[in-house]
Amino acid sequence: MYDVIVVGGGHAGCEAANISAKLRMKTLLLTMNKKNIADMPCNPSIGGVAKGIIVREIDALGGLMGIVADKSHFQIKMLNNSKGPAVRSLRCQADKRVYPKVMLEYLESNPNLEIKEGLVEDLIVEDNVVKGVILSDNTKITSKTVILTTGTYLKASILVGSTKKDEGPHGEGRSNTLSDKLREYGLEIIRLKTGTPPRIAKDSIDFSKLKEELGDDTYYTFSHDIKPVYDINNQQKCYLLYTNENTHQIIRDNLTKSAMYGGYVTGTGPRYCPSIEDKIVRFSDKERHQLFLEPESIYYDEWYLQGFSTSMPTDVQEKLVHSLEGLEHAKITKYAYAIEYDAINPLQMYPSLENKIINNLFTAGQINGTSGYEEAAGQGLIAGINAVQKILNNEPLILKRNEAYIGVLIDDLVTKGIKDPYRMLTSRAEFRLILRHDNADLRLRDIAYKYHTISSEQYKRLQDKKDNIIKLEEEIKNNKLVMNEDIKQDFIDNNYSIPLKNLTYEELLKRPEITFKFLNKYHEFNYPEDVLEQVEILTKYEGYINKAIKESDKLKKIEEKEIPLDIDYSKIKNLASEARQKLSEIRPKTIAQASRISGVNPSDITILSIYLKKEYNND
Amino acid sequence: MEDTICAISTAKGVGAISIIRISGKDAFNIIKKIYKGKDLDKVLSNTINYGYIYDKDELIDEVLVSILKAPKTYTMEDIVEINSHGGINTTNRILELVLEHGARLAEPGEFTKRAFLNGRIDLTKAEAVNDLINAKSNLARRVALNNIKGDLYNKIKALRNDIGKLMANIEVNIDYPEYEDIEVITNEVLKPELDKVKEEINKILKNTKNAKLINNGINIALIGRPNTGKSSILNKFLDEEKAIVTEIPGTTRDIVEGSMTLDGFELNFIDTAGIRETSDVVEKIGVEKSKKAIDSADIVIVVLNNSEKLTKEDEELINLIPENKRIIFVNKSDLPNKLEIKDNYIIGNTVNYDGIDNLKKAIKEKLNLDNIMLNDMTYMSNIREIDLLKKALDSIESALNNLYSMPIDMIEIDITNAWNYLGEITGEVYQDELLDILFSNFCVGK
Repeated sequence: MYDVIVVGGGHAGCEAANISAKLRMKTLLLTMNKKNIADMPCNPSIGGVAKGIIVREIDALGGLMGIVADKSHFQIKMLNNSKGPAVRSLRCQADKRVYPKVMLEYLESNPNLEIKEGLVEDLIVEDNVVKGVILSDNTKITSKTVILTTGTYLKASILVGSTKKDEGPHGEGRSNTLSDKLREYGLEIIRLKTGTPPRIAKDSIDFSKLKEELGDDTYYTFSHDIKPVYDINNQQKCYLLYTNENTHQIIRDNLTKSAMYGGYVTGTGPRYCPSIEDKIVRFSDKERHQLFLEPESIYYDEWYLQGFSTSMPTDVQEKLVHSLEGLEHAKITKYAYAIEYDAINPLQMYPSLENKIINNLFTAGQINGTSGYEEAAGQGLIAGINAVQKILNNEPLILKRNEAYIGVLIDDLVTKGIKDPYRMLTSRAEFRLILRHDNADLRLRDIAYKYHTISSEQYKRLQDKKDNIIKLEEEIKNNKLVMNEDIKQDFIDNNYSIPLKNLTYEELLKRPEITFKFLNKYHEFNYPEDVLEQVEILTKYEGYINKAIKESDKLKKIEEKEIPLDIDYSKIKNLASEARQKLSEIRPKTIAQASRISGVNPSDITILSIYLKKEYNND
Repeated sequence: MEDTICAISTAKGVGAISIIRISGKDAFNIIKKIYKGKDLDKVLSNTINYGYIYDKDELIDEVLVSILKAPKTYTMEDIVEINSHGGINTTNRILELVLEHGARLAEPGEFTKRAFLNGRIDLTKAEAVNDLINAKSNLARRVALNNIKGDLYNKIKALRNDIGKLMANIEVNIDYPEYEDIEVITNEVLKPELDKVKEEINKILKNTKNAKLINNGINIALIGRPNTGKSSILNKFLDEEKAIVTEIPGTTRDIVEGSMTLDGFELNFIDTAGIRETSDVVEKIGVEKSKKAIDSADIVIVVLNNSEKLTKEDEELINLIPENKRIIFVNKSDLPNKLEIKDNYIIGNTVNYDGIDNLKKAIKEKLNLDNIMLNDMTYMSNIREIDLLKKALDSIESALNNLYSMPIDMIEIDITNAWNYLGEITGEVYQDELLDILFSNFCVGK
């Protein structure tokens, strides 16, 4: 008998299995095909705006995605560098061949983790508690907890034009009955859709007609623990190209042939990831749409045509691709497709990612209605940690909205539910100024250490960093830059306004243009780069950051106000009927979560608080 | 219950005293910032302290301040009660001052709610409190809907839409940084937009009729030919209320002849150049002068003489005044009637002051004052809207001040705040609203 069985070896499954095994649980990872572990079936990149911060958080919490990405990319970029610290985020072009290999090495190095091939078609459920899984050959494997990370494989259908194949990505099989079984156990099953663009043979692309997109010339890592391992001068290029009127005409002429517009698709697609036909229809006045060509690997010659996902039949795809400048003679190596799959209604989960209907069953990734490798990995990590807590009878790890993007993600899922596949965006985080790329470790490593998901060396590194930050903050408060003619001249040369008196380094740093890099000439600040960065951000944006902290502190008290699980909303007099219905369905864990449910008004919250006080003497 | 709340706790601003109550952990800090008198740090709990309320250097009122220290108070929190001299104008100034210093306006029933949650009120009262909150918030919603419909509501809504589009564009720039075809919101684009928003909010603040009535009082012009009894009417109003007749500058360029309080609202009688003069002035006033007086007044009382025939000038004057601010008072009802008039009018005289009460009633009806003063809820929702508008304005000003020294992610915090405050006024905020705007306006995605 296993402690934890993880079903599916995608990004959610890898993190879940790894962390469970790391926490010394006997863990089994079941995958249909070991070759597809940590596969990247869509875009060849890890990170991106907001997503990159999730990767940092995964790393801070002891997960793998960050370090694996660091060891497998061929281009890296800090996005939004000029737009401010709250929205800066890292993205790398990860090698689709290397990433899974490195991930598998990590997983296989863990003695508590076993990886087996097998297709799960049912669960063993007794009295609403999951006891294990049943494979397609009827083999039963028992466990204390099960984590489903099935990705797009539940009743997957691949759609290209009017053809529909019942299979998963890469022509893999699919789980035919698991989602039906889940429905029989009382779960609500929804149908979602996503898609992927065509892949192009490298030697058929005329790069001379395309615009280069380079990586950054500064070293970065997702991981908080390793130094960069790549050659900054040897990064691969991506390319920018555009659709044109000809492309648009081909789409308009063939619209009804697309699976989407021909009515062959029943699932709901993500609105942030529209197919090219969607773009042309919905934004008909746009003269062109931007596309990118990204290499998938340095070990094979397939390129990913970002922005061109479609469910058109193959002959139309040929015409479409050939209408693009630079791709006139392109050879399509893989056609674009839309994929439909079953998922569960995330409102049926607790914020721990445990299912409300089947105990000890956890879910993570696309099965919960999200999209994206990073969103999946973040949930996988939390599901893994919480499956272990469940076994150990400990409190689950629930990250708050002011602690992590992962907290925002899960809270959104279990509080608001989803209409289309959920992608993280910075605008979803009301406290994004607190949830920065640069402070993921400061936000989360204390928590990680408490849950034993990071080592004591990692924890010590955090303490050293904190000490250094305090020391440096003192140093800039207590030292002044004593002006002289030379320094004045330096200010003038740099076009900085000259201080009228001797200012402390803190006061100087508050000026938008002045950095440690400039000040270092006059006072040696001998600190690690991340400490300097941290203090510079905290000093420069102190006013706004304090405002944000004050706002988020307001939440604290109501975040701590728990609602008993056995509460009967029908007994609360005066609740508005919409609020009563929503509260009964979602069963929020805290007053704060209740207040975020749409349709629950402040007066309902007051009434609920008063009821709790009266019935449970709960403050 | 982290924040500090405040409200006017006397039902109406009428009478000698109105009380502004502040409850919460910052109650003492706030009063210390606006009160001059005793050292409040040193006074005992449950004491009443004489002193003054100041807005920076400007004296607002002479007050008595009750200091009630937690936990033995109604809400079991620190409570301050400012006893001011009444009059909606002064009371509101103080309330606004308290809001500016960090308190937030209490929700309906919130003092009672706190009293309950902090264990002050008997549990058996729970259901009653529930009912109260429910009833009051429904009322508040209704009132809010009534109050801000029409032009003002549409204006705020349109303004908020503009801000929303701007934000969506900024968000797209942030979440999809590599889409070159999407306009990048630079400071050069942002500044005029924010200036426009600022100007609009200022305009709304100025034009909000109720805000104006509450903040500045009601301007009343008495016009009519000489010897119709304007001065007597004015004196009757002022004498009766024992108002101080001084020549203090009003909010407009007009001179306020005198003020009185009517049901908590301040009535300012503005000089229309000639009211008190005995010579033939009306003819000299001319149309221009009358127009100006009419424009700056909220209410124009045309005084006619019951014993004289209506002249052409009288008729012209009456037609000059918009119906919604015009009240016709036919004076000298004690004399034989010669006047014929087709418009509605009030008749009375200044010998025994017959009809003066009807005149007051007419003023209230014209401005719908009973609706505003119907109960504290209505009044609150007015103050609430003004408070939210001011907060929105503050946020926009903060954005403008920091525009060139802070990156866009900081600036957007201010813009978002402004957007949220305006949303609280229009009540149209919903989850993921911004994302909806974003994805309906921009074509992005892999």
